[in-house]
Amino acid sequence: MCLSQSVMNYFPEEVLEHVFDFVTSHRDRNAVSLVCKSWYNVEKFSREKVFIGNCYAVNPERLIARFPRLRSLSLKGKPHFADFNLMPHDWGGHVYPWIEAMSKSRINLEELRLKRMVVSDESLELLAKSFPNFKSLVLVTCEGYTTDGLAAIASNCKFLRELDLQENEVDDRKGHWLSCFPESCTSLVSLNFSCLKGEVNVAALERLVARCRNLRSLRLNHAVPLEVLQKILVHAPQLNDLGTGSFTHDPNSETYVKLKNAMKNCHSIRSFSGFLDVNGRCLPAVYPICASLTALNLSYAPGIFSNELAKLIRHCKKIERLWILDTIGDKGLGVVANTCKELQELRVFPSDPYGVGNAAVTEEGLVAISAGCPKLNSILYFCQQMTNAALITVAKNCPNFIRFRLCTLNPIVPDAATNQPLDEGFGAIVQSCKGLTRLSVSGLLTDQVFLYIGMYAERLEMLSIAFAGDSDKGMLYVLNGCKKLKKLEIRDSPFGNMALLSDMGKYETMRSLWMSSCQVTLGACKTLAEKMPRLNVEIISENEGGAGEGEASLDDRDRVEKMYLYRTLVGPRTDAPDFVRTL
Amino acid sequence: MASASDCISQTGPGLKERNYFGFSDCSSVDRSTVSSAHLESKNNMNMKATELRLGLPGSQSPERDSDFSLLNSVKLDEKPLFPLAPSKDRICTLSQKTVASGNKRGFDDTVDGFSESKTTNFSEGNWMFNATGSDPGQAKLAGNVISIRPSGTQLAIKSEVPAKTLQESTNKIIGTNTANAPAAKAQVVGWPPIRSFRKNSLVTTSKTNDEVDGKPGPGALFVKVSMDGAPYLRKVDLRMYSAYKELSSALEKMFSCFTIGQCGPQGAPTRKMLSESKLRDLLHGSEYVLTYEDKDGDWMLVGDVPWEMFIASCKKLKIMKGSDAIGLGSSSYQVLLHFKAKKSLMYPCFVWDLAVYQCFYKESFRPDYGSDVPECFVLMSDISFICLLAFSCVFLECLLRLRLYLLFILNLDFLVEAQ
Repeated sequence: MCLSQSVMNYFPEEVLEHVFDFVTSHRDRNAVSLVCKSWYNVEKFSREKVFIGNCYAVNPERLIARFPRLRSLSLKGKPHFADFNLMPHDWGGHVYPWIEAMSKSRINLEELRLKRMVVSDESLELLAKSFPNFKSLVLVTCEGYTTDGLAAIASNCKFLRELDLQENEVDDRKGHWLSCFPESCTSLVSLNFSCLKGEVNVAALERLVARCRNLRSLRLNHAVPLEVLQKILVHAPQLNDLGTGSFTHDPNSETYVKLKNAMKNCHSIRSFSGFLDVNGRCLPAVYPICASLTALNLSYAPGIFSNELAKLIRHCKKIERLWILDTIGDKGLGVVANTCKELQELRVFPSDPYGVGNAAVTEEGLVAISAGCPKLNSILYFCQQMTNAALITVAKNCPNFIRFRLCTLNPIVPDAATNQPLDEGFGAIVQSCKGLTRLSVSGLLTDQVFLYIGMYAERLEMLSIAFAGDSDKGMLYVLNGCKKLKKLEIRDSPFGNMALLSDMGKYETMRSLWMSSCQVTLGACKTLAEKMPRLNVEIISENEGGAGEGEASLDDRDRVEKMYLYRTLVGPRTDAPDFVRTL
Repeated sequence: MASASDCISQTGPGLKERNYFGFSDCSSVDRSTVSSAHLESKNNMNMKATELRLGLPGSQSPERDSDFSLLNSVKLDEKPLFPLAPSKDRICTLSQKTVASGNKRGFDDTVDGFSESKTTNFSEGNWMFNATGSDPGQAKLAGNVISIRPSGTQLAIKSEVPAKTLQESTNKIIGTNTANAPAAKAQVVGWPPIRSFRKNSLVTTSKTNDEVDGKPGPGALFVKVSMDGAPYLRKVDLRMYSAYKELSSALEKMFSCFTIGQCGPQGAPTRKMLSESKLRDLLHGSEYVLTYEDKDGDWMLVGDVPWEMFIASCKKLKIMKGSDAIGLGSSSYQVLLHFKAKKSLMYPCFVWDLAVYQCFYKESFRPDYGSDVPECFVLMSDISFICLLAFSCVFLECLLRLRLYLLFILNLDFLVEAQ
């Protein structure tokens, strides 16, 4: 150590910094900073991108102290299951304290990426005004702001390059936020407002597109009609990523013909999405660009019939990422399997989550895809039924899975052919796919599947469990077996105190644990919180209002409805609402 | 064949089974044995998986499909059949010869029949049940027609079974009751796990497409399907289908979980699978008909109008017990529904007549019987006049709908137009 330290000291710090510039991954940089003090310091001052997986694990002050020169911050707030209405609304995840702290410390923030956080208009305004070089704002599944905040961003960020709003809940005040982009703004590279529900000023949009010659990615919302899309494409044939708004029109009209011609000119489009409101007969306009598409997202378009989808997909031979609805049916998936040999990621969403028309897909589709697409490594599949045999076949065909998420519409449906639990199928998947990092299981499952997961899923980092397992042993298998586990989320499963308290140190190696509707009692949570001071164990009550009374009546032997625990350096959080109690 | 109720009742102690309708029990037997086998493997599960299988998508025994495909290929050439006791004779005269073997949904055949039935258009307005209730000539029709209205019984069943369903489904996991699942439907909060943004976008798309009137093309057209005796409703996308047959087979699959078969109806059950008359006989025993609520809020029989028109006007579907419908022959039922569907002149006629009576007859034209005539005679003469008015309304209606009346009275099938 001493020798290498003295050797390395021959290199001035600038050289080290230059070397470290090539180290881009967060984990690698974390490792670098652990080598020795000088490396720690060099790395500390040269780190520009910081990723914080749980915004309550640290606080802004510590962040700024640790990385004073940061320029890009990624934050994640609520846990994953908050997406599915399992978390009350005001749980937290506010970004304002972060922006405020960075603004006060004169951080030169250029990029902010937030996921599942609560963003307010004030925070957007503060953001816009405090950071003159701000370039990129990406909000994924965030909420809490209105188009007024967007207007503030548009008008104040002179060098804005990226404004990407993905699946946010925005209160659309129908203001003219698009017109707030000054005429001098020509730096936009990426603009995505597909989640906005209201009208936009299409004239301003056209002008904006016309003057931003570097625009590469544009995703419109459903209020933008086909005529405007056509004009935009004429202005911006250099687009790489296009998300259409409304795509219905009379196929015999002149506008449609113009659109077809405009599409033919767009040679660079590689990623296509949108179709927020689509008439199947207008689809042929898209065929010219299909041949070079690598990413296609049709998951917001339930109106396209299966045969039209199949026709479209037959044109898309180079697709690597396909997001689609289950209206495609098993037959359509067969077409995908035959056509899309480069497919790496497939997501099949349910078009009718609670019904069962003829639209749903079954295990046949999945098997067909696995047989036809050898490069498949990531799948999210909502299906009506599944069998062990199918899963075993899939595991054999595709050993390269990194993410495997299977969701049966009936959460505890057994094997459709044999009525057995789906343990063997998932067992085959984890055994065969050595690189699996994310797994979601569903269907009828016993403790056996967790034994397999613990045994074979060595690289597993995130596991989602719902309505599965028979006893505490299941959870124990997982906690003992998966060494790299970072996020474990469990709902409606019979895991109790014994499993929770068996290996308390494990939770400090993980980012978070979510357990809801399980058999864990308040007493056990208190014990855990006492023994592990660096964990925040939060008990979230159902009733948001009068949680005080609810809490008083909860006794140590009572079951806890929702528990969320995560490791943290800064103790219990200060902005917890009433219904959240940190033990 | 063991009776269906016995089979099913073995499968779960905590579950109150109901024989929902008189369908074949071949499939039900399969289902029950499957479910009991499954049960044995899990001690602490009181039918939960089965329960959910019964209730939720994807849970049907494979044997069903082969039967359905056979039967779906049958074409019924005529009007729907309403197998109700008083009209047995009439239905028999509607050329039913043989009886189907099991495995068939009543409404499926019904719907098949609908696709060929006539497309009579009536310009009259709504059949006003309540108003015509006092009309003796119409009493039978009206009274029975009134009973077509969805009964309150469904609600009772709804509240009972879902509570159990939810109980069973959560028993497996926790002993306590979860506040998760809403009572009216056997759904779980947060399942399937899709983001609310995505869910909302699907909903809005289907809503906007529901408002598209009569245009073929974009979007899904989701309508609720309820079934008498089922604890929760389903939704189907009408645009997924292009004919009544497809719709009926899909509904059949969807609601198969509620069907518990019975032996085929009485009569001579020859085992020809493809005889349409046999299907009608099955309907005769099987009691379920498919109706829909149209834009005007009237409940109509599915299958009368061309498919496109049906899609454009259908707001809700309902699979109701035939016994809730009138106790008359199928054709007559259809006649009635046609009456119901179209604006009828009968009611205005009757009101007019009554007004005339009130104003004129009583005062001016009543024959002067003299004071020694007992009161009852006067009363009877009044009543007879009212009857005369009523019959004149009927006659007026008859004149306007002569064809259907001939059909009704004489069962002249050839008058029914093929659709």
